[in-house]
Amino acid sequence: MNGEAILEARGLTKEFKGFVAVNEVDLSVRRGSIHALIGPNGAGKTTCFNLLTKFLPLTRGTIHYKGDDITAMAPADIARLGLVRSFQISAVFPNMTALENVRIALQRQHGDSFDFWRSEKVLARFDEDARRLLADVGLTEFAQTRAAELPYGRKRALEIATTLALDPEMLLLDEPMAGMTQEDIERISALIKRVAANRTVLMVEHNLSVVADLSDTITVLARGQVLAQGDYETVSRDERVVEAYIGAGHD
Amino acid sequence: MSVATESGSTNLAAAQDTHTVGMPTHHKVIFVALLVAGLVAPYLLYPVFVMKVLCFALFACAFNLLLGFGGLLSFGHAAYFGSAAYVSAHAAKIWGFTPELAIVSGTICAAVLGLVFGSLAIRRQGIYFAMVTLAFAQMVFFFSLQAPFTGGEDGIQSVPRGALFGLIDMYPDRNLYFVVLAIVFFGLLAIYRIIHSPFGQVLKGIRDNEARMTSLGYRVNRYKLAVFVLSATLAGLAGATKAIVFQLASLTDVYWTMSGEVVLMTLLGGMGTVFGPIVGAAIIVSLQNYLATFGDWVTITQGVIFVIAVMLFREGIVGVIAKWIRKPL
Repeated sequence: MNGEAILEARGLTKEFKGFVAVNEVDLSVRRGSIHALIGPNGAGKTTCFNLLTKFLPLTRGTIHYKGDDITAMAPADIARLGLVRSFQISAVFPNMTALENVRIALQRQHGDSFDFWRSEKVLARFDEDARRLLADVGLTEFAQTRAAELPYGRKRALEIATTLALDPEMLLLDEPMAGMTQEDIERISALIKRVAANRTVLMVEHNLSVVADLSDTITVLARGQVLAQGDYETVSRDERVVEAYIGAGHD
Repeated sequence: MSVATESGSTNLAAAQDTHTVGMPTHHKVIFVALLVAGLVAPYLLYPVFVMKVLCFALFACAFNLLLGFGGLLSFGHAAYFGSAAYVSAHAAKIWGFTPELAIVSGTICAAVLGLVFGSLAIRRQGIYFAMVTLAFAQMVFFFSLQAPFTGGEDGIQSVPRGALFGLIDMYPDRNLYFVVLAIVFFGLLAIYRIIHSPFGQVLKGIRDNEARMTSLGYRVNRYKLAVFVLSATLAGLAGATKAIVFQLASLTDVYWTMSGEVVLMTLLGGMGTVFGPIVGAAIIVSLQNYLATFGDWVTITQGVIFVIAVMLFREGIVGVIAKWIRKPL
């Protein structure tokens, strides 16, 4: 993988009243890699995500993206830089069709989103791109289905299509496999591998076989702190990781 | 593109009918029916009464744009309706503006007020947002009570209706009626367009999943402010027109009960429907007119109707009908 860090967090700390959720976490994600963030429940993985994308304000620490300090930026502006996140609970627009879900992401980049005097017919110019993105994630036949009516795995696929519509340089995926069937997992894994070819991916994931299969680097969090970091081989042999993550006494 | 999308099941055709392509047929039919009803009404009913219904229908639709389509509950819309009424009345009476210019002045005032209040209010959400809008509206009420040009308790009375563009005498009710009908109809079409525009699509996204819109790079507060200003402007258009119709701007127009009434009209007719607020406004205004002789009983009747509506059909009258016919109204 090519060398330099695209996203770099230093001393990332989040304190809630009387409790430190994330404690002095240093995280460096190399450009072009798939980086997994794992750890037992309550380790602070999702909080980390929320801090990195500024959905939560930091207590301390700095975040640099492509060398620029983004610590003080608003979440929408961070997304505009090409650092786009997904959510743990599927983040589709339930009352819109699959096509409209993808289109709304395409629409943002073209700067006519404040046009209240024009007919929505003008949005039809995004239909072709939107259909192509839907086809990429295997949702062609669901283009006109309301997102609320899609099966769970399809919703996650739609969410990824919507994220990809922004053509982000870096994706942050929060448990992309949560609640999926084995068949869905294989499809989404393949999809992530494919989209990561020319992008950087940081993901929180519980499914260890997925993590082993996909990621170049793994950071293990426990109780808000970094426990270990490295490739799967290194991390899986680390005794502290085995104890904290897989559980003491695991053979 | 694969076969599945092209093969066009009936499902797909129906979905496209309601989503992607222009105004669906049943909406066109309703707009034409409303226009025809509007053209015939002054020959069957007292024109001033119908004009009152029209002004309040526009007011309620403007409010519904914010509540039903922007997802923001304002409890201070009287501020925009009332201040526009005062400015419109003042412009016509003291500055001698022609009615169309008076109405435009009132509307601009509401837009500016909406921009100022809105940019502060959208920083808070839910009940706090509602309370901030109410607080601002109370400030406008106090200002209207104290300011020298508003006439205090008396309001601004005997506002001249003048002549449209200085040419057409607006004193005969029917002349004014058709102008009011045109204004309100224009307002309704404008609201329809806003809902069904690229901007309207963004509003829908924000209503559906605000956090996701942020993560897609939308600065959601700017869209909320934009819809707030649009709603305040159209509420102002309704208030400014009302002042010319009744030749009066008074404290009633800026009082908090006016803010409450428009919530009632919108919920009764069907929040988030295009046509609901028109129905709600017609019912409430009719009640007020026909039960006027019973004094306080009007308020009690309104209260009872509101409770029944909320208990039995929360989607409002038009919302329930839309459910029956399975089409958005």
